[in-house]
Amino acid sequence: MVKKLLRRVGRFKTASMLTPIFTTLEVIMGVLIPYVTAWIIDRGIMQGNMKNVYLYGGIMIVMAALSMTFGILSGKFSAFASSGFAYNLRDAMFKNIQTFSFSNIDKFSTAGLITRMTTDVNHLQNAFQMILRISVRAPLNLVFSIFMCVFINMRMSLIFIIAMVILGTSLYFIISKTVKLFTQVFSKYDDMNKSVQENISAIRVVKAFVREDYENKKFARAANGLYKLYVGTEKLMAINHPVMSMVVYGCIIALSWFGAHFIVAGDLSTGQLTSLFTYVMTILNSLMMLSMIFVQMTMSAASGKRIVEVLDEQADVTNPEHPVMEVPDGSIKFNHVSFSYGNNNGEYAIKDIDLSIKSGETIGVIGGTGCGKSTLANLICRLYDVNKGSVEVGGIDVRSYDMERLRNEVSMVLQNNVLFSGSIIDNLRWGKSDATLEECQEACRMAVADEFIDRMIDGYDTMIEQNGNNVSGGQKQRLCIARALLKRPKILILDDSTSACDTATDAKIRKAFKEDIPNTTKIIIAQRILSVQDADRIIVMQSGQVVGFDTHEHLLETCDIYSDIYHTQMEGAGDFDEKRKGGAA
Amino acid sequence: MKKFKRILGVRMDVGGRMRGGGPGNPGRFANASMPEGGWATLKRVMRYVGVHNKWSLVIVVLCIIVSSITSLVSTMFIRTLIDDYVLPLTQTVNPDFKPLAVTLVKLAAILMVGVICSYTNNRIMINVGQGTLRRLRIDLFRHMESLPVKYFDQHAHGDIMSVYSNDVDTLRQLVGQSIPQVFNTIFSLVITIACMIELSVPLTVLTIVMSFVMVFTTRKLGARSAKYFTSQQRSLGATNGFIEEMLSGQKIVKSFCHEDEAIAQFEVLNEQLRSNTYNANKTANIVMPVNGNLGNLIYVLCAIIGALISLSGHIELTVGTLVSFLTLSKSFTQPISHLSQQVNSVMSAVAGATRVFNLLDEPSENEGQANVSLVNVEEGQDGSLSETKKRTDKWAWKRPGTDGTFQLIRQQGKIELFNVDFSYTEDTQVLFDIMLTAYPGQKIALVGGTGAGKTTITNLINRFYDIQDGNIYYDGIDIKDIQREHLRRSLGMVLQETHLFTGTVMDNIRYGRLDATDEECIAAAELVNADDFIVRLADGYNTWLAGDGTNLSQGERQLIAIARAAVANPPALILDEATSSIDTRTERLVQEGMDLLMKGRTTLVIAHRLSTVRNADCIMVMERGRIIEHGTHDELIAQKGKYYQLYTGNQIE
Repeated sequence: MVKKLLRRVGRFKTASMLTPIFTTLEVIMGVLIPYVTAWIIDRGIMQGNMKNVYLYGGIMIVMAALSMTFGILSGKFSAFASSGFAYNLRDAMFKNIQTFSFSNIDKFSTAGLITRMTTDVNHLQNAFQMILRISVRAPLNLVFSIFMCVFINMRMSLIFIIAMVILGTSLYFIISKTVKLFTQVFSKYDDMNKSVQENISAIRVVKAFVREDYENKKFARAANGLYKLYVGTEKLMAINHPVMSMVVYGCIIALSWFGAHFIVAGDLSTGQLTSLFTYVMTILNSLMMLSMIFVQMTMSAASGKRIVEVLDEQADVTNPEHPVMEVPDGSIKFNHVSFSYGNNNGEYAIKDIDLSIKSGETIGVIGGTGCGKSTLANLICRLYDVNKGSVEVGGIDVRSYDMERLRNEVSMVLQNNVLFSGSIIDNLRWGKSDATLEECQEACRMAVADEFIDRMIDGYDTMIEQNGNNVSGGQKQRLCIARALLKRPKILILDDSTSACDTATDAKIRKAFKEDIPNTTKIIIAQRILSVQDADRIIVMQSGQVVGFDTHEHLLETCDIYSDIYHTQMEGAGDFDEKRKGGAA
Repeated sequence: MKKFKRILGVRMDVGGRMRGGGPGNPGRFANASMPEGGWATLKRVMRYVGVHNKWSLVIVVLCIIVSSITSLVSTMFIRTLIDDYVLPLTQTVNPDFKPLAVTLVKLAAILMVGVICSYTNNRIMINVGQGTLRRLRIDLFRHMESLPVKYFDQHAHGDIMSVYSNDVDTLRQLVGQSIPQVFNTIFSLVITIACMIELSVPLTVLTIVMSFVMVFTTRKLGARSAKYFTSQQRSLGATNGFIEEMLSGQKIVKSFCHEDEAIAQFEVLNEQLRSNTYNANKTANIVMPVNGNLGNLIYVLCAIIGALISLSGHIELTVGTLVSFLTLSKSFTQPISHLSQQVNSVMSAVAGATRVFNLLDEPSENEGQANVSLVNVEEGQDGSLSETKKRTDKWAWKRPGTDGTFQLIRQQGKIELFNVDFSYTEDTQVLFDIMLTAYPGQKIALVGGTGAGKTTITNLINRFYDIQDGNIYYDGIDIKDIQREHLRRSLGMVLQETHLFTGTVMDNIRYGRLDATDEECIAAAELVNADDFIVRLADGYNTWLAGDGTNLSQGERQLIAIARAAVANPPALILDEATSSIDTRTERLVQEGMDLLMKGRTTLVIAHRLSTVRNADCIMVMERGRIIEHGTHDELIAQKGKYYQLYTGNQIE
């Protein structure tokens, strides 16, 4: 995993290498400085030698300047490297996601992908910077300080070693326990946030059932649980502090005692003793930092894993080696097609579908939720690949086409319509990037979107807010249809995409299709029987199978399920607005 | 990372460098100067913390004082060690180490006290900090639940969420760490200065002057970095927004082959984010090396000047004193750079606290002088009503009289709207002069196009919103006089948009009435046709629903919502029929379920189905916020108006 992530450092490698180098230099300076201060004291002040004070003071200032420069450089490069690393991660993920098929996306869920691209990348970026700077600094500080101690006085440095062992062991125990607790804290934290989110979006239900108190109690339980876990974890971490202090103080006392002896014996100078005091702090600090890095790395490991999952995901729908670039016509053929969303775990969304549609036909598709209507449509433009059998468009297996070409010829208006922030015309031009205003107007006329666009003050330049919040559901659907029409496709699939339009508009749209694009194969998936009954033929689906494929009149006589649906809807179960059309269109 | 860092916080603060959380924390340098109203907010935070933790805080303050004194003792000890013990000892022939041993033991005891104090302080602060957060979260949630629906319409849900996560977290740092640390630092600074003055006045002056340079550079860098962090947050927002939009529309992107354009747009944003992040972190990273080495500079200057003074002999300055002073100057400059960092963290916490308090200060649903409540009643043989605690399924409104007595009014379910005007925002009125009467047990159907105002009317009856003009009466009582929760309890609601909660199917049905037994829940589900599909689920009634029940179909979720309303068994109902997103067969089940639910209750239904409309006792045809026709199906057909047009399918436009 680490390797895979590190590969993403890419062009920021130089900066990533420079950071530890400059950090090393900075650390060396930092470690040497107390040594020089010892000289200032011993060779200058203690001996009353002003020249030495100047000399070593000068050296120390130069060293401080160098240390500062190195520090600045290491800070700069680490910022450059880590921000670049994050950039590359986001870029790589976004690009990979763009190759994903729908089943890839379904696997992660949109929300999951967003978290990975934002929060998780942030975690890694910070961890990366921390590792570049501190993971080098802490061990180096440790090693150099120990080295300097030994250099100053071998026997005295034994004190440090004992201290380090004590501190190291206790830190190890505390940290390893804390890491485990933190994982629990995070999941509790997420639970609590989920509960808040649920309450915000369902506030009307909460209020309608007067469940405020109930929710308050539920939330208080979650908050209490989090509190207890947090306090437990922090209590454990708080032990660090006294342990650390006691070790430090122990060292100071030991240093004073033995130091005094050594000085009296002439084995140690006063300045050296002061330096040792400084080094003891540095060593113990480095240990603390190291322990923190371990916790940090464990924490970001989870994020890293989630990111690698996205990067590793292989698009399961890919272009063939020698793709067919031309779609001859709009005929469609299903050869004993079976398809399952899971990985062949028995549940087929559609089973053994075998049918053929002529170019230019208008086909209605009707059936209950989950009967496989949308699945059928998704297979035509190869948003998913079939498990068994084959789907042909224009007489050629869809898997042989160049995907872009195929999708340009098979235009689909999805059930969940999405508009993007930007003007209406920007959104329409998704269908055809160089479409002229006239072309757009023409498409909108067919989709019966012109009437409301013309009423808007800014007309085609009206800005659509994110998720299309400022247009109504029906308007959104009509804009999406217009957008799909601009592609001038050979096959047009409408997946329940006029459900929010009133029946009059719905009929107008269908009329326009009939008159203006007679050669386009039109597949209309709907819940309302009125939307499909005037189609050339109607596919009736149930539980993933085709139970009828004929004209309205024939189906009424031969297909029980169809006539059942028809009668329920006609006898009053249908949408109130529907009755009026009564097959007039 | 942010979360992590806040948890880890600055426990390991002996080190200095790690203090305040490490590199790249955007909050840290977010603001260089106090935002407007900042002090007031800070004071309010202190009050919020203080009210419940008065004694804890007193102990904490005492502990901090003791532990800073002891840590200073250890620093000052070097002078004693060198001047009083080491130097004299070197000059004697037979050095006696006993006095030193005694002093060291004394020192150890003092330091032990320090350790205990600082541990006590930490432990108390954990409880104070986490306790405050818990209280804050619960207060926030409680208050949020009391806010009017309007608030949720006007605020992005992500925005409210971030109050709980990001903003509360900044407070965590403020309460748990920044405040005690600032206090600690200031206190040790004061003591240090006192000691430094005692050691040598001129050197102290020098150190303080130099420290101002440090504070100055930190502020300068901080201000720059704050600017960059702001732009980083801004481009982070922009990038997140873009990712969210593109990913939610990914299926469209794919079917329109828009991948390359999306990538190109993304790269522009991504690059902006990168360069802003780089600049922000760069500036933040520079602060430590600059300050640390300015500290070194101060050290050298003190050493040189101190040596000069010491050698010149004009002012008495022993070697031990000088050495001690030098050590002190280090422990003086370190807290200053910490303090300057803490200031920044306080600033960003203040920003978070402001948002938290803004939510807490939002006005709740105002109860006004509503005093009418809904009670269970028993009916005597003579038809008189008496209140009872039992569940009788007979209800009455209890209205207190002026003389302390109560009047019981039978709950029948008569709903009247008189001349009701309403607007969500000041500039656009959505309902005009609505007149409507639903007699007990009647079914009223509201029909009309999107935006005609049907849903708005139902939102007014259960007081999700309060009307601006006119009156709404429930059994002759102005609903403004009925306590909101009692009013809502008397009205069952099935909303068009179904929301389920994390939990089992059974939990979700029981949401309608918390004390319902399993049998009652199942009976309710059976009543509304939901039982069929539920028993076919993997775990039946114990099937776990996650994320708003996404593992169920739209129709199934709706059936659960209807069962939820059924178990509540409310005297009156508001139904918002689902549109065509349900397939016909499930819809028939849903329809039958709703019909069964409506039986014998006053029902206001936003109708989409012909059968509902036809069976209604009165149909209200709405257009652009007005009721343009009303009457029974036959009456309206005879009128040959809008309804007739709708029904017969003659062109409207």
